[in-house]
Amino acid sequence: MPAERLLPTTEAEDLIALAREIAREELAPHAAEYEEAGRFPREKFRLLGKSGLLGLPYSERWGGGEVPYEVYLQVLEEIASAWMTVGVGLSVHTMSCFALAHHGTDEQRERWLPAMLEGDLLGAYALSETHAGSDAAALSTRARRDGDSYVVTGTKAWTTHGGEADFYTTMVRTSDRTTDDTGGISCLLVDADTPGLSAAAPERKMGLTGSTTAQMIFEDARVAADRLIGAEGDGLRIALASLSSGRLGIAACSVGLAQAALDEALAYARERRQFGQPIIQFQGIEFLLADMAAAIESARAMYLDAARRRDRGLPFHRQASIAKLVATDAAMKVTTDAVQVLGGAGYTRDFPVERYMREAKVPQIFEGTNQIQRIVIARELRKA
Amino acid sequence: MPNIVVLVKQVPDTYSERKLNESDHTLDRESADAVLDEINERAVEEALKIKEASEGEVTVLCVGPDRATDAIRKALSMGADKAIHVSDESLHGSDMVATAKVIAAAIGRVEGVDLVIAGNEASDGRGGAVPAMLAELLGMPQLTHARQVTVDGSTVQVDRETEEGLTHLEAGLPAVISVTEKINEPRYPSFKGIMAAKKKPVETLTVADLGVDAGEVGLANAWSTVLEAAPKPPRTAGQRVDDEGDGGTKIAEYLVGQKLI
Ligand SMILES: Cc1cc2nc3c(=O)[nH]c(=O)nc-3n(C[C@H](O)[C@H](O)[C@H](O)COP(=O)(O)OP(=O)(O)OC[C@H]3O[C@@H](n4cnc5c(N)ncnc54)[C@H](O)[C@@H]3O)c2cc1C
Repeated sequence: MPAERLLPTTEAEDLIALAREIAREELAPHAAEYEEAGRFPREKFRLLGKSGLLGLPYSERWGGGEVPYEVYLQVLEEIASAWMTVGVGLSVHTMSCFALAHHGTDEQRERWLPAMLEGDLLGAYALSETHAGSDAAALSTRARRDGDSYVVTGTKAWTTHGGEADFYTTMVRTSDRTTDDTGGISCLLVDADTPGLSAAAPERKMGLTGSTTAQMIFEDARVAADRLIGAEGDGLRIALASLSSGRLGIAACSVGLAQAALDEALAYARERRQFGQPIIQFQGIEFLLADMAAAIESARAMYLDAARRRDRGLPFHRQASIAKLVATDAAMKVTTDAVQVLGGAGYTRDFPVERYMREAKVPQIFEGTNQIQRIVIARELRKA
Repeated sequence: MPNIVVLVKQVPDTYSERKLNESDHTLDRESADAVLDEINERAVEEALKIKEASEGEVTVLCVGPDRATDAIRKALSMGADKAIHVSDESLHGSDMVATAKVIAAAIGRVEGVDLVIAGNEASDGRGGAVPAMLAELLGMPQLTHARQVTVDGSTVQVDRETEEGLTHLEAGLPAVISVTEKINEPRYPSFKGIMAAKKKPVETLTVADLGVDAGEVGLANAWSTVLEAAPKPPRTAGQRVDDEGDGGTKIAEYLVGQKLI
């Protein structure tokens, strides 16, 4: 059952129709096979690029689609609903363009941004390190200025698209950690072909197995100094601003995933008969399905509210954190309950819901764990 | 530089359940999602390929209710240049002959048409005769069931594939072509195409604008009548056999039993 959407324009409706068509014909039929094989669907991202979906929320001046976040996120939801790996990948790519799009100089944007937004390049965002997860400011990958370049040494952890991406928006330390914890970090737009940059073997994950996650190793990697985005020391601010918008993307993906689980559970509950009737007739099942729908639709309403605030230029950080928290928790609960609705069948790999359940776990962890979201929300409450 | 008209139709999505109206057995267009017929996407794709090889212009022509504008926009967002939309209440329930007449009249408004490209049959009505009727009305050669089309200057060659086999046809332009599912893989629109479609001209016409007599169209004037309709019976569970090394034999026996081999 496709989500009922209120869209602002006819173009937005056509865009959603395009996303649904690609999702239905090009993504959904291949998801299970790729996830089972742990295969990264690079060519699907090329198709998204060709269709103009890799730069939707950015300015037309640089090759973006200039669509409101409200619309971009719903496209993302449709894509994630068919295949979480591709939805999350699209969200991460979009986030990895944020630094250059919002903090680069015109000269930098002219040079690199169009290929990132309207070409078929794929981006990655490298902030986390093994010892610097929730405490991202503790990162220690070092960039030392040497003439016209930075020489980068260190290891970024958990990089989505690590080894597959064409560029890495990378947070590095250009001076020692300061007392206020924010200084000393800078943002470099690193080309994948940079000598001295390599990817470690991908992580072996519980879910989202089609999406590559890997450490990125910098061994005296030389990055031209004109690839510094913003000023030295701006890195953490840029990283956190990227994440605020990125979190909305993760919220939208989680809603899409939950919707897919509900659709599967509904279809099964209509067909499956026990005690002489379809199980959907039992109140015990019907209420489960109703709660799933309620969780999904309220999470969708939340991310759309945050997106509309962003589109109007209003502060949206608290709303983005709430949307991420609510939507990812909803996806975890809904996918778990979908397994319950399918009974034993739900626990097998012959049905997609067990995979959805495994996929739903990670959005509660990345782009700021849900504990960190609560910290952000509480901080905003204290400020108010 | 061929000037191409592509016929497009909005049909119920084959993914959704399709129904007929109880009262007059016409298609219940409200009950299902409406989409541009896939065979028409292929027709548009073929037109765009020809245009891209030798320039020219592609006009989409659609006869259908107001909401068929969605299907027209899809064709425009794929890359067609402009559209003609014939929309008129009186057309409801028109048969193929009336439809072909209206289409022929509308094509008459496009100057210097070299090629008319249609799908071989729509996925809803599945009559499959409109392209041939149209060719007759326009006095153009008909090259139907094309699985391959080559335009070469002022001639067009077509590989025509039907159950009877493969035929190679050639005709001088202008001509009417209908394409089969094998013709190509249609492109997806792009976001840029969607934005561009907004600015492309769509001319909306009524039956009167076309000078077609209202007494020739619509359900009341159709030459054919649907007397009865029944929904497709639900799919049955089928027969399950376990392969104990003799699976092949069992399948063969089943097929023989069904008189299929
Ligand atoms: C599949 C996957 C993809 C990823 N992709 C990327 C990527 O593309 N780029 C990138 O930079 N990173 C990425 N990450 C990293 C991700 O953002 C981190 O895993 C996340 O920020 C948590 O860090 P950590 O794993 O070190 O956990 P820790 O920070 O060690 O947290 C462990 C636990 O402690 C809790 N905790 C920590 N601090 C507090 C506190 N102050 N109060 C209460 N609880 C606290 C956490 O909530 C968590 O439950 C990815 C991770 C995964 C699993």
